[in-house]
Amino acid sequence: MTTQTLSLAPWLVATPLLGAALLLLVGRRSDRWGHWIGVLASTATFVIGLVILLAMLALPAEERTADHVVTTWLDAGGLSVDLGFRVDPLSMTFVMLVTFVGTLIHVYSVAYMSHDRDRRRFFAYLNLFVAAMLLLVLADNYLLLFVGWEGVGLASYLLIGFWDHRLPNAVAGKKAFLMNRVGDMGLIVAMMLMVATFGTLSFAGVHEAASGASQGTTTAIGLMLLLAACGKSAQLPLQAWLGDAMAGPTPVSALIHAATMVTAGVYLLVRSGPILEVAPDAQLVIAIVGTLTLLFGAIVGCAKDDIKKALAASTMSQIGYMMLAAGLGPVGYAFAIFHLVTHGFFKAGLFLGAGSVMHAMDDDVDMRRFGGLARLLPVTAITMGLGWLAILGVPPFSGFYSKDKIIETAFVGEGWQPWVFGFAALLGAGITAYYMSRLVFMTFAGRRRWSGESGGDLPERHPHESPALMTWPMIILAVGSVGLGFFLNAGDRLVHWLEPVTGHGEHHEPVLAVPVIMTLTLVLVVVGAALAFWQYATRPVPTEPPAAPALVRAARVDLHQDDVNETFVMLPGQYLTRSMVFADRTAVDAGWLGLAGGIGRLGSWLRGMQSGYARQYAAITLGGLGVIVLVVWLVSGTAS
Amino acid sequence: MTVSGGETVLFWVIAPLMVIAASGLLVVRRAVHAAVCVVFVMISLAVLYVAQEAPFLGAVQVVVYTGAVMMLFLFVLMLVGVDSADSLTETIRGQRWIGLLLGLGLAVVLCGVVASATFRQPVGLAEANAVTNPVALARVLMEHYVVAMEVVGILLVTAALAGLVLTHRRRLGAKPSQKALAEAKVAELPTGRTLTPLPAPGVYAQHNAMDAPALDPEGRPIEKSVSRVLRIRGQERSATELLTAEETLVRRELERPDDPVPSVGPASGTDGDGGGAR
Amino acid sequence: MELTNYLYLAVILFALGATTVLLRRNAIVVFMGIELMLNATNLALVTFARMHGDITGQVLAFFVMVVAAAEVVVGLAIIVTIFRARRSASVDDANLLKS
Repeated sequence: MTTQTLSLAPWLVATPLLGAALLLLVGRRSDRWGHWIGVLASTATFVIGLVILLAMLALPAEERTADHVVTTWLDAGGLSVDLGFRVDPLSMTFVMLVTFVGTLIHVYSVAYMSHDRDRRRFFAYLNLFVAAMLLLVLADNYLLLFVGWEGVGLASYLLIGFWDHRLPNAVAGKKAFLMNRVGDMGLIVAMMLMVATFGTLSFAGVHEAASGASQGTTTAIGLMLLLAACGKSAQLPLQAWLGDAMAGPTPVSALIHAATMVTAGVYLLVRSGPILEVAPDAQLVIAIVGTLTLLFGAIVGCAKDDIKKALAASTMSQIGYMMLAAGLGPVGYAFAIFHLVTHGFFKAGLFLGAGSVMHAMDDDVDMRRFGGLARLLPVTAITMGLGWLAILGVPPFSGFYSKDKIIETAFVGEGWQPWVFGFAALLGAGITAYYMSRLVFMTFAGRRRWSGESGGDLPERHPHESPALMTWPMIILAVGSVGLGFFLNAGDRLVHWLEPVTGHGEHHEPVLAVPVIMTLTLVLVVVGAALAFWQYATRPVPTEPPAAPALVRAARVDLHQDDVNETFVMLPGQYLTRSMVFADRTAVDAGWLGLAGGIGRLGSWLRGMQSGYARQYAAITLGGLGVIVLVVWLVSGTAS
Repeated sequence: MTVSGGETVLFWVIAPLMVIAASGLLVVRRAVHAAVCVVFVMISLAVLYVAQEAPFLGAVQVVVYTGAVMMLFLFVLMLVGVDSADSLTETIRGQRWIGLLLGLGLAVVLCGVVASATFRQPVGLAEANAVTNPVALARVLMEHYVVAMEVVGILLVTAALAGLVLTHRRRLGAKPSQKALAEAKVAELPTGRTLTPLPAPGVYAQHNAMDAPALDPEGRPIEKSVSRVLRIRGQERSATELLTAEETLVRRELERPDDPVPSVGPASGTDGDGGGAR
Repeated sequence: MELTNYLYLAVILFALGATTVLLRRNAIVVFMGIELMLNATNLALVTFARMHGDITGQVLAFFVMVVAAAEVVVGLAIIVTIFRARRSASVDDANLLKS
């Protein structure tokens, strides 16, 4: 790649950053035209990325990886860290995903936030997010990645709590930030281990030296990286913040909490492939975490009546699939990225569609009050329908190609692992079909539960289709949901594209024959969809959540995830800090205050010696004189 | 040099007396008695100086210290009040014990120092005093300590001035007129002040000195008619005695008018002039 | 007899003078104690002069006497002034420096 093209890489980060700075610094005066600056910055970034991508495509596979160092960032002791950008197939895939989907969502937000007086600030934060996310994926060392990591965390916090005049939104932002912080500790510890073991933080340095390190060290690094990924990607045990994060505006949920930020964890693990290769135990843990999360998210998604929270649970589950793939070794990395890209399109499309539905229903999110919207919101219904089919994994839509590959890879291996992972993935696919179908049928099919004709006490609404600025991004994303999978899978295009980064995965045969797996998957999907159809499209849906068995009730409260966090982390932590404060106040403060008080009392006592009586002073003087004479006498011995 | 036997006797006689006198300074109640004790100590010291081949200093001690300094003390005692007697009870808690302890301790420590020090064989001042003691003293003074002497001279002048300045009383207000004084006296009447002069001492047939009190209409002696100083000193004569003596005289005259008049015996407790009628 | 006997005498007189300063309340008696201390020092100085055969000790004693005289003048003047102002010659009554 020519240096000319390579030097464009920093502009990928700088352009949206400048956009954000401009919008924030100019302030209220830019309220009229600020959002277009935001869209422009995002579009420009996409164009720059496209230029770099085309230049990269023209090169043979071996020359596609390049590091562009802008300057040395810090050089301290034995550690030297550059402000450098790595341009290679993996980072460019992410750049394309983030900028393309991001620009579409920018356009969508112009219409979605048109009634909001803080729209300009929203675009500033969106640009900030894009800048941070691109920095994350383009960094050529772990420390710069961490800067981007923190940046997206900050943007997420600002955007979740965007409508901060309502307290629950601000609380949700805080919760997201705090749980991410726990994950960040993992990344920091991993970086510390890398510095201690390898003496460097750059990808090139670490990945080359990884095979030489001890298994214990690499396993530790791998587990710490997993912790970081769990925080950012909302995997068990740090998954509780994602549902609450839906308090932010829908474009935020679409961009950050579906397509891009939550996938940063997967990026981190795939990028750290060389380390994980030398730590099979860590890989096993990653696969287990992914599996548990995909089932957790699926179960919770079945009981959620809030459309956004259902989609959030779905995101959690799909990222579980990606984690599972990442934990299966080089053969799974490419499929994880594949599913990441297709998921980015159809999940963003689903979220934008949900936003469109909410726009039509006066920002109501309770699906029990939707129903029969297909005729009234045709574009939304069609785009969401296409996204639904994609996520179900119905051929020939995109989800089929990516998810099936993961399920097949899950069935590869020896011992108990392929059976457990494989069947868990299959089961997950079935449950996914059920709850996504439930979502779609509750919203678009069935009786209209929102107008006066269904019952006297329900709110009267007049739903209408969304404006063009909102529908066109949805349409474009739906096209992606339909065709992208086929396109990227044809001739294993994406796998070969990513090979310079992920390495060549040995292809093993799964323990069940591939056609068997495919058939089982499709059967489960059809069963799940049919069940949902029967339950929600044909029968009337109660507008209040009905009495339900224990599992459903537990799923409604996210399988008690908040209670678990509270009991095992929050309350002990609060107790610990309270007892520290108490100890500090009673022991340390009391000690020092006691000392001060004691000195004060000593001073008061000494002050009593100043009685004003000259004879007392004379006595003290005489006493002192006696002491001096005595000392001189004793010290000088027998000197005369 | 050896200490002569006479000097030894002198020392062992005077030293205990000096110590007793100095202890008296601690225990006597009247300030004037304390002054007398100190005078005794100082004169003894002068004697000791002469015995120690320092006759000049001995003379100076008597002239300056006893003669001037102690007289100054006595003058001030008169000004301040001869009856300013301390009660011997102590006001500051523990001061008595601390004082005794410290004094004793100091004495013990210093005695220890003197005892443990090794002194050279005493040389004596026979050689130094060959040109007589005052001349030797003057030589050393003028040769080595001239500046110190000049400074001390300045000090003396300063001290004299200080005495003047400190005791000078400046009138802070206008001098009260006679009328103002009289009015002030009248205003003080409720406090027991008397406007009239004090009564004169009594006049008796055989005695009209100042130490006899006058009698009031009821026949009781008036305390204020005798000077305060005499009262404090206990030199006041008793009125009853005088009257009794008079009566005895009158009766004898009446009984045996031809006998010569006997002199009145000395009044009780005083060294007053007991002579005949004056 | 040793010349150190004079020194012991001086020490005893000094201690007595110091005790007087501590124990007596009448300002003039306290002052007399101070004079006693000065005289005890003079005795010691004269004894040392005799011991060493050097007149300097007597010269020093002479200076002490002069300074003591000056000191007595000023001290008594102060006592008189205080007495005039406060009508009391007790050392304890001049305790305004108490805290």
